Amino acid sequence: MSAPSLDELFESARTGNRRALGRLLTMVERQDDNAVMVSERAHRDAGQARVIGVTGAPGSGKSTITGRLAAVSGAARPAILAIDPSSPLTGGAILGDRIRMDNNVSSSTFIRSMATRGHAGGLAVAVPDAVRVLDAAGCDPIIVETVGVGQVEVTVAAAADTTVVVVTPGWGDAVQANKAGLLEVADIFVVNKADRPDSRGARRDLELMLDLGHRGEWRAPIVLTTATEGEGIDDLWSEIERHTSYLHHSGELIRRRCRRRRSEVADRIELGLRDRALRIIDDQSGESAMVRVERHELSPAAAAKQLLATLIPDNPPEE
Amino acid sequence: MSETLGISPLSADDQEPLRVVLAKLGFDGHDRGLKVVARTLRDAGMEVIYLGLRQTTDSIVAACEQEDADVIGLSMHNAGHLTLAPRMVQAVEEAGLGVPVVIGGIVPAEDVTVLIEAGVAAVLGPGASTEEVVAAVRAAVAHQSPAR
Repeated sequence: MSAPSLDELFESARTGNRRALGRLLTMVERQDDNAVMVSERAHRDAGQARVIGVTGAPGSGKSTITGRLAAVSGAARPAILAIDPSSPLTGGAILGDRIRMDNNVSSSTFIRSMATRGHAGGLAVAVPDAVRVLDAAGCDPIIVETVGVGQVEVTVAAAADTTVVVVTPGWGDAVQANKAGLLEVADIFVVNKADRPDSRGARRDLELMLDLGHRGEWRAPIVLTTATEGEGIDDLWSEIERHTSYLHHSGELIRRRCRRRRSEVADRIELGLRDRALRIIDDQSGESAMVRVERHELSPAAAAKQLLATLIPDNPPEE
Repeated sequence: MSETLGISPLSADDQEPLRVVLAKLGFDGHDRGLKVVARTLRDAGMEVIYLGLRQTTDSIVAACEQEDADVIGLSMHNAGHLTLAPRMVQAVEEAGLGVPVVIGGIVPAEDVTVLIEAGVAAVLGPGASTEEVVAAVRAAVAHQSPAR
């Protein structure tokens, strides 16, 4: 049997073939030459699905919430992209999000676990492509779940139409709330494990923080959930729908998606430049510059400037 | 989905990490061994998709398809291996997945041959070292896709 063509894979994925969709996701996850073609092909059909980001501290209940959300959405083909960190030492990963989801979701929900893998910034380009593939395959909504630690993970979850930030009682006060960068990206807050003491305190802290000001006309609502029991998930879904219609009416959806694609292109440029930059250090001009740096004849900054000029010849001279 | 498209496993000898689905099949509550194996395979640079307890052949096949897994690892401590392991192998074949099934747990010596004949790629007992576990998983994948 010959390997199926890209068109065949997309066609099958669109009709609900899990295997074909699984394979397409592997192709974009690897970010090799195939990935560019898959991404290209997917981009033609993408743009229909609602993209929801869910982020928060480890153990706050993101996976349980995500699985439940897919179930209550009532959608024919919801998809979940669950992202977990790779070990920086071995490159391996334990992707354990499905264990919190499987019991709650129907078989029509497509779940894919994704490891962050080593490459710097790789996640920032692999995830949008994976979302694009799921979108082109007809999945909707697409829920992207990431651990809210680290800039890249937060940014990835924030690159959604609607971003849900999950906290738990006792997670910290309003000062912590302002420190943590992930709160700035929230369109909706969830206080999960609301059956625990002081869930109202957690809500109050969030309200206080929101009172200090929020961007635009949308004030992030706060939803209390006990995800393991399924409590509050309907309310959360209603708020997501309310936010979706706000996005449509306000024109914010178009602006957001425009910003998103712009930053994706920027991320790709950055990644490509970084690759070339790392190569340039190892080539002849790089090596001779490095020798001078080692001899203290050239500063690292000056060496970088010199090498950068060879990378981008028309680099305008600075003042 | 009966349509299989002839999608054959990708990984093996390239740079990408192996993707392993780990599960306990059926009514079997002892998952400590599986957790140790998950950690072991992660430390060997693999991506472990951990399904945990009370899975069915259907849920494992679905996870394999969605995750584009290279290999399935099942842990068995309920003496049901002679029934369940061949069923898993059959389910994988019916789905046209082409991924090997590796069994770990309590399997009497005389049953090992039976399982291998039924299409199980490897059986790892309680004495298996972490190195042996990693080697068995790698060998199972390599054997499955010899062209790579």
